[in-house]
Amino acid sequence: MTVALETRGLCKSFGALTVADRVDLRLEAGIRHALIGPNGAGKTTLVNMITGRLAPSAGQILLGGEDVTRLSQAARVKRGLGRTFQINTLFRDMTVLDNVALGVAERDGIGGRLWRPATAHARVRAEALDLLATFDLTDDAGRRVLDLPYGKQRLVEIAIALGLRPSVLLLDEPAAGVPSLESHRILECLEQLPASIAILIIEHDMDLVFRFAQRITVLVQGEVLCEGAPAEIADDPRVRRVYLGERHG
Amino acid sequence: MKYSAGYGGDPAIRWTEWLPWIGALAVFFVLPEYLLFGARILTYILFALSLDLVLGYAGIVTLGHSAFFGLGAYTAGILAARLGLHDPVVLLVAAAVAAAALGVATGAVILRTRGLTQLMLTLAIAAVCLEIANKATPVTGGADGLSGVTIAPILGLFRFDLFGRTAYLWCLVMLFGVWWLVRRLIYSPFGAGLTGIRENTVRMHAIGAPVYRRLLTVYTLAATIAGIAGALLTQTNQFVGLNVLGFEPSGELVVMLVLGGVGRLYGAFVGPLVYLIAQDVLAKQFPQYWYLGIGLILVLVVLFARGGLLGIADALAARGRRRLAT
Repeated sequence: MTVALETRGLCKSFGALTVADRVDLRLEAGIRHALIGPNGAGKTTLVNMITGRLAPSAGQILLGGEDVTRLSQAARVKRGLGRTFQINTLFRDMTVLDNVALGVAERDGIGGRLWRPATAHARVRAEALDLLATFDLTDDAGRRVLDLPYGKQRLVEIAIALGLRPSVLLLDEPAAGVPSLESHRILECLEQLPASIAILIIEHDMDLVFRFAQRITVLVQGEVLCEGAPAEIADDPRVRRVYLGERHG
Repeated sequence: MKYSAGYGGDPAIRWTEWLPWIGALAVFFVLPEYLLFGARILTYILFALSLDLVLGYAGIVTLGHSAFFGLGAYTAGILAARLGLHDPVVLLVAAAVAAAALGVATGAVILRTRGLTQLMLTLAIAAVCLEIANKATPVTGGADGLSGVTIAPILGLFRFDLFGRTAYLWCLVMLFGVWWLVRRLIYSPFGAGLTGIRENTVRMHAIGAPVYRRLLTVYTLAATIAGIAGALLTQTNQFVGLNVLGFEPSGELVVMLVLGGVGRLYGAFVGPLVYLIAQDVLAKQFPQYWYLGIGLILVLVVLFARGGLLGIADALAARGRRRLAT
């Protein structure tokens, strides 16, 4: 099967503190892969290295077989890498439509055009509206993101990432801070994502992880503890020890 | 809501947007004794418009914008006084090119930094330009200023007169042209992206936007406009003094823009207009304390109207609409 994303021996240190230690990760095309681990395990650091926000101290990142370790964030996005953030990272004072349209326009190379009005690029607007319809956000298209409930803001995060038509999508705690009633809606949306996209999800909500993921990697103190199918991970005593403490191991 | 461009905004020019131009034309006929002062206001509106692009739309905090204004003013002045180039169009183009070159050179460095470092670097660039102008006395006239600037008639037809009629209309035409271009830019995908950078740089990187290149483009463009404004000031005054460079004119410009409203396009019109008229009136009434009046206005605006005078107008209009609805 084609490998969509791979990390080889990825390391990151801040002075004496090692937050990622020889992390090897493999995502096959179209897979739903979860990355779990206790707080401070280095999950977000790993995502930040994969996207290019952080430079690794050592190791390699391959996207679709191509080494992208030295490429900029923008170059990685152009090669099919999309992401959402743990804490909403949106254009808060802009409309929901513009939040999504900006991503679509950048993907199509329209974002730098100076002459024609943005509204003249009808295809960008139409595609952004289609994406919003997928997430039941059509009625909110003209509202400022700032005025949306938190759960809907999380959906806008995912819609922006999808607008980039990624081949690999990194979802950093998509349900974080969302009330349980709305987190079901997020899970529904995640289940409807195109099957062609390889998804790496970081999530603390284990119900969501075990319903969604086909493979799970457990990260502890910057190292991969184990990797396997959800059933294997659930039965692994080392994972239970990490999550429930020594007595339950 | 001040953000109204983007993919859902209406780029058509609203009737209210013609009011400044109708007003400016009315001034030409109704207040002919104030045309030199009017030309100065139009020049500063142009200058403020360029600052609004970088500060209001792209979120680049700068206290060194006078470097481009001053370079434009001195380029036009030196070419006219020392090298015998008197054509106003040629002088404007030369000033624009010089300011653009300085914009791209300095922008390439300062746009790699952020926050306080960026602010200090912009300040340093303006200070260095001021010192160069101060020390290069044989070329710039130093502290005495650059005199002997003569400007030929525009297109060989319109002579710059003592009453400022030609200067006023020349500045008005230039301002109109630049406003039209800037407005187009703001409503373009590039403009929407700039607002995106101001709102959230991290997200712009995450959607694959070349943030640095975009910032450098807008910074250079704003520098070019500031250079044109500087050259217009030289052509109107036929003199260049050191007061076009350094922290003071940069800071004064930021005050004007904050007063009018940052990131609103027309804040750049209202701010310089109110500031320069207040300065003129207060300086006549209270020659020693006029800055106190300006300071008070600014304190009131910052405390009670964060969106500037246009922010107050927006809030009042919104309240009026709500009353009408109920």
